Parts: sequence; C-alpha cells; structure tokens
Amino acid sequence: MAMLEVNNIHTYYDKIHALKGVSLHVDQGEIVTLIGGNGAGKTTTLRTISGLLKPREGSVKLNGEDLAKYPAHELVYKGVSMVPEGRGVFAKLTVEENIEMGAYIDNDKARIERNKESAFTRFPRLKERRKQVAGTLSGGEQQMLAIARALMAQPKLLLLDEPSMGLAPILVDGIFDTIKEINKDGTTVLLVEQNASMALAIAHRGYVLQTGEIVLSDKADKLAKNETVQKAYLGID
Amino acid sequence: MSFFKDLDLRKLPMQLLVASIITLSVSAIGMVELFGGRFVITGLFTMAQILFLGPTAFFAYRAAQEAPEGKKWQGMIKALLLGVGVGLVMVVFVWLAQNLDVRSIFINISPRLINILTFEHAGGATTLFIALVLSALAGGALALVPDKLRNALLVGAGVTLLVGLLSEILAERLRSLFGSQLSSAIIASKALQVVPAAVLFLLVAGISYMRQSGRIGKVGPTLKPSQTKIVRTALISLLLLVLPMLLGSYLTEVTNNIGLFFLMGLGLNIVVGLAGLLDLGYVAFFAIGAYTMAALTSTGHLGLAGISFWVALPICVAVAAMAGFILGMPVLRMRGDYLAIVTLGFGEIIRILALSDLMKPYIGGAQGILNIPKPMVGELALIRPEQMYYVILIGVAIAMFMSTRVRDSQIGRRWMAMREDEDVAEAMGINLVNTKLLAFTIGAGFSGLAGAIFASKLGSIFPHSFNLLISINVLSLIIVGGLGSIPGTLVGAIILVGLPELLREFAEFRWLAYGVLLVTMMLNRPEGFIPSEVIKRELHAGDEAEQAG
Repeated sequence: MAMLEVNNIHTYYDKIHALKGVSLHVDQGEIVTLIGGNGAGKTTTLRTISGLLKPREGSVKLNGEDLAKYPAHELVYKGVSMVPEGRGVFAKLTVEENIEMGAYIDNDKARIERNKESAFTRFPRLKERRKQVAGTLSGGEQQMLAIARALMAQPKLLLLDEPSMGLAPILVDGIFDTIKEINKDGTTVLLVEQNASMALAIAHRGYVLQTGEIVLSDKADKLAKNETVQKAYLGID
Repeated sequence: MSFFKDLDLRKLPMQLLVASIITLSVSAIGMVELFGGRFVITGLFTMAQILFLGPTAFFAYRAAQEAPEGKKWQGMIKALLLGVGVGLVMVVFVWLAQNLDVRSIFINISPRLINILTFEHAGGATTLFIALVLSALAGGALALVPDKLRNALLVGAGVTLLVGLLSEILAERLRSLFGSQLSSAIIASKALQVVPAAVLFLLVAGISYMRQSGRIGKVGPTLKPSQTKIVRTALISLLLLVLPMLLGSYLTEVTNNIGLFFLMGLGLNIVVGLAGLLDLGYVAFFAIGAYTMAALTSTGHLGLAGISFWVALPICVAVAAMAGFILGMPVLRMRGDYLAIVTLGFGEIIRILALSDLMKPYIGGAQGILNIPKPMVGELALIRPEQMYYVILIGVAIAMFMSTRVRDSQIGRRWMAMREDEDVAEAMGINLVNTKLLAFTIGAGFSGLAGAIFASKLGSIFPHSFNLLISINVLSLIIVGGLGSIPGTLVGAIILVGLPELLREFAEFRWLAYGVLLVTMMLNRPEGFIPSEVIKRELHAGDEAEQAG
C-alpha cells in the first residue's frame, strides 16, 4: 500500500479550476518528484495534500487514512512536515529558535536536544550561525534552516516546495545532496520542482504536471530521457 | 586653511532651521510665558529658560556629534555657528515683537514674554543672544566629553530637573515625613534650593558614573547571583508594601492609576506584543469589566445582585474574557490593518451601546451606574487610596506572574511563531484558531480585572470614562515602554500615565508634550525604553546585516 495516495483531486480557487483530477502516489522510502512549468498546479497540489486547500472532489490518503477531516496544523502530528515555498523562516528569530520552533509538537526535552544535535551535524553551517537572526542568512542557508526545522518534527513524509527557488546553482547542488541524504536516513520525500533536471537526478519516480493534469508519470531516469520532457522542461532539443 | 578642511556644514542649515522653529514655537504658543515665573532651582533658572535655551543646546550637541573622529574640535565650530544663528533669529524676533504689532495674530507674543526672553532687563536682547550662544557651546562641549562622563552628566541633570519640576509635591511629602524645617531647607517656593540641587546633581551624576565604570558592584558583601535575586525581591516587596505610607494620598492615587493602566498594558501586551494582533478597541473589555462590577455590586436602583466586591471580581474577569473570546471569533481571518479597524469599531460599539437608550434601563445610559460599594476587608471598607493601593497591587502581582509564566510557556512560543509568520506557524503544527482566541481571551481578562477595580475605586461609572483615548493610551504605553516587554510596560505606564498627572502645571500643553514624546520616541528609539529581545532585533536587523556583511 502506498504511503501517500492522492486520488483524482479537483481543487478550485473560487471559480478557477486549478487541479483537474490529479492522482499520484508515494511509496515508503521513495523520493517522488512533481515537475511542471509555471502555473501547472504544482504548489496547489502540495497545498491540497497538506490541507491548506480543500479539494472539491477526490481524496488524499495517508497510510490509508483520509486526511480531509484534519486541519492543516494537525498534519504534523500525522508525520507529515512541509517546507513551504520561499522558505518561510521566522526572519526575526535566531537560527536556534527557528529550529526549536520546529519541535513545537514535541514535549520530550531530551529528544528535542538529540534532534537539534543531529540537525546541527547535518548542517554544520547552521551550527556556526546558531545565534544569528534567520533573516540575515543567505538564501541557501535559509533553505537549510527551513529543512532542518521541518525535520525536527521527525516526519515520515517530507513535502518540499521548490527548494531550489532563487538559489545559486552551486547551492542547489548542496540542497539536493541533502535531500538525498535525508531520504537515505528513512524519510519519504515528495519534491515539487521547476528545476526538472536536478529533481529527476535524485528522484526515484516522477510526475509531470501540465495545467492541472498529470500528463506523464514514470521512473525518474526514464522521464529524463523522454522526448517531451526533454523538450519542455530540460531545454534539450 | 587646513584647519577648516573637511568641515562639513551641509547639515547645519537644516539643524539651525529646526532649532529656530522649535525655539520660536515654544515662545509663540505661550509655553515660555506660562513657565516664566516657575523656578526649577530657586533664584537661578526657570523652566522657561530651559524651554527656550534647551533646543539650541540639543541641536548643537547633535551637530557637534557628527564631527569626524580625530577632528572633534570641528564640532565646537558647528555649535558656535548654530548658537549664533539661533541667537540672531531670536534677537530679530524680540525686535519685531517690540516694534511691530504682532499680537493681533500671535496673541501669545506678549510684553511679558519679551521680558522673560530678555532676562527682565533693558537691552536684554544681547543677553539673550549670549545665552543662546553659550547654550550652544555647552551642547557642543557635551559631545566632546567621554561617553561615560556625558551619560553621568545627563542623568544628573535630568534627575535634578525632574525633582525641580516635582518639587511642590515633594515639599509636601518632606513636610509630613520629616517636618517643615528640612522641607524648606531643600525646597522653597516650588523649586529646589541651590545647594541641595547641586548636591543632588553631583550625587546622581557620581553614582551614574561609578555604575558605568562598574565600581559600584564591588562595594558591599559579595553574594551569589541567586542570593542577590532573593535580596532584591525581598527589598522590592518590602518597598511596595510600605509605599503608600511614604507617598501620601495624592501620590498613592497617582500610583493607583499607573497600576490600573499597567494592568491593562499587561493584557494588551499579550495581544499586541506577543501575539501580534493589533487591537484598537481594548477599552471595550475595560468597560465590560467595569459595568459588570457595577451591575453586580451596586446598591443603587440599577444593582442586580448586591454581592460583594470579592465575589464579583472573578465574575467580571470571566465576563470580560468571554467578550474577548466572542470578539475573537469573527476576526480570526483578519490581520494587521483590517483587524485594527474591526477592533476599533468594536470598542466604539460598546461605548455607544452603554450610552444608548436601548440599554438605559439596565446600565443607566449617560447617567451611568452609581453607588458602587468599595471592597470590604472584614468590617473595613477600603475607601482611601492607600487602602485601594493594596487591591491594585495584588491584581498587578497576579497579572505579572501570569504574563511571565505564559510568555515563557509553550503558549508564548505559539504566539511568537504566529506573530512572525502565520503560514509557517501552521505548517509547524500550531492551531491558529486556538492560539488567537487564547490571546484575545487572556488579554481581555486582564483588562476586565482592571475595569472591575476601576469601577469600585471610583464608586460610579459613566460611558464617557471608556472612550477611544484609553485604548490609544494603553497602546502607546506598551509601545513607548517596549512591545512584548513586561518591565517596559511598567515604565510606559509611569511615563504616559504618571508623569502627565504629576506635571499638572503643564495643563494645556500636556497633549502637545505627549505627542512630541511619541514622535521623538518613534524616530529615535522605536523599540521602546526597555525593549524585549526579539523586537530589538527586528528593528535593528538592518544594522546587524551590515555588520555581518
């Protein structure tokens, strides 16, 4: 059984039909990527999965349980963490306070400490800057911080919304390496990306979204070789 | 001349203009005249002189401060130029006032004003000029002395000035505590005597200097930090317990008002400072608390239950908190400006409702509710301000304890996360609905407590006591004190509630001074007097980024 199962969801922004029956699934231990151009509905899909938007039709199931009845903030308790688009760090809090805020649902001080230590081991940059105000970090560091914070809740499924957005290419490499590591350590990842080549390079499977519909789905390496994908998203003629 | 190389005078005309305009304004609106006979230090100088010389000294100091490092003497040139400039402006002003009829437009430019400006003697225009130049030079010189010494001098001067201004009240206190001999030795005709003023100035400046050099801490037995804390808490508690006896009726009454506003400030601080929800209708909960108390306890014809103050108090808090909860629900989706407008409307609705004919049979309309009994302790009714003080003290103590605990708890972190970014907070597993409602409810409860005590303290309440100005006052005091900071709220209450009360002489200029204080604060120290850590960071994030980059 798939860990996350999205079944034929239709999401609207008032009268605008943004998602026209999107179905996808993510299995335990996978990295699945959702690629597509601007306005294809990638973020809308992610927001629907995380409960910030409610679909008019269709269902989102986590380990077989329908998520429709849970408000967005309760998803964390179900083991789903999201890193929002544009990073969304608490700009005025320090790095350390941001990370601690990620453990909001946790009441076990010893475990919080442990998780904090492992976050700092994963991102030594953040350890150096633990007392610095998050708003003064570079874009790449803020993305690291947002991921580190999401991991503090020890999610089973991590939803990432465009982690490469607005980052220098060299930092993008680093972020994607990190995502791969996180996945190896046992967290399932659903990755929404515009940077199709990078995303397909680390993912196991991929879906291509176009104007609210899934037009292609396959193993990541096969998608990367697909002619349409190459033309439309990889810039290869 | 290499001496004058790099002398940067570009800002000087602007500073000169502002200093001149301020000096002219305080003269032309009648402030100087009002304080012409008001000595701060007997026989030495008056409040009026501070008003028309002070601005020049201040701007000269600012101008001199901008002089480049290593060329500090340039500051004195700027100060001199500024002093001469303002001096000329004022001499022209005096000449105009003496030779032309300007009174038909500026009614406050009276012969008396000119007498004061010219130091009460003929040919005083020259004296005025010299005095302005000297003040400017003094201001400039202040920029040259080392930081520690300057701070010490300013603190000393500030305290002496304040004591001088408050000397009438102080004299009364000294008389009743130590006898009239000592009192008149220190204070004569509403002003400090020269010698005590000098002693006070030197003492305060000295202590301030020593503290900055860290020499004070070494005096006395060394204690562990935890012991110091206990000793300090014990001393403060003791002081608070005997305070009414030291202060006397009038000052205790002022303290009580400060206490009530502090109580409201603590509540609003939770809503605005911690949770970041801008509430402009905060007075509504104060009114609800007060009216509940009145209706429950009044012995007049509008009294419903006639129960005692102590039984009614928790009910008032609960009713106000409930009102906070109810107001919270429709505004859950709103943020920032929109929330401010809705709450503003809510505050007005409550006041107008209290005034309305609809509610008149229950809460008395414009005539209000009368005959609200004082709190009773056994057989003793707490009538005097000195007795009421303890009721307020207990209320404040409970509210302070609760605020601190809540701020440092998980709820406090929830508020902080929500204030910073609602979306991310939600992604973090924070229930925004609960968190917002909790902030509104607790904040309203505090305000209701203040209102209930207020009703009982006054003995009768009217809708006019609950106007918008109270909401604005409470908001201003937490901003001036420092958003999100509990000691800041107290400082804000003392400055914005206590000082205006004590400086009653300022009467008609009170609101002007209030406005000037707010504008100056926001320009120069937007984080407030005692800011909380996070707010300070927020407002100075730019500075840090510069340092980091």
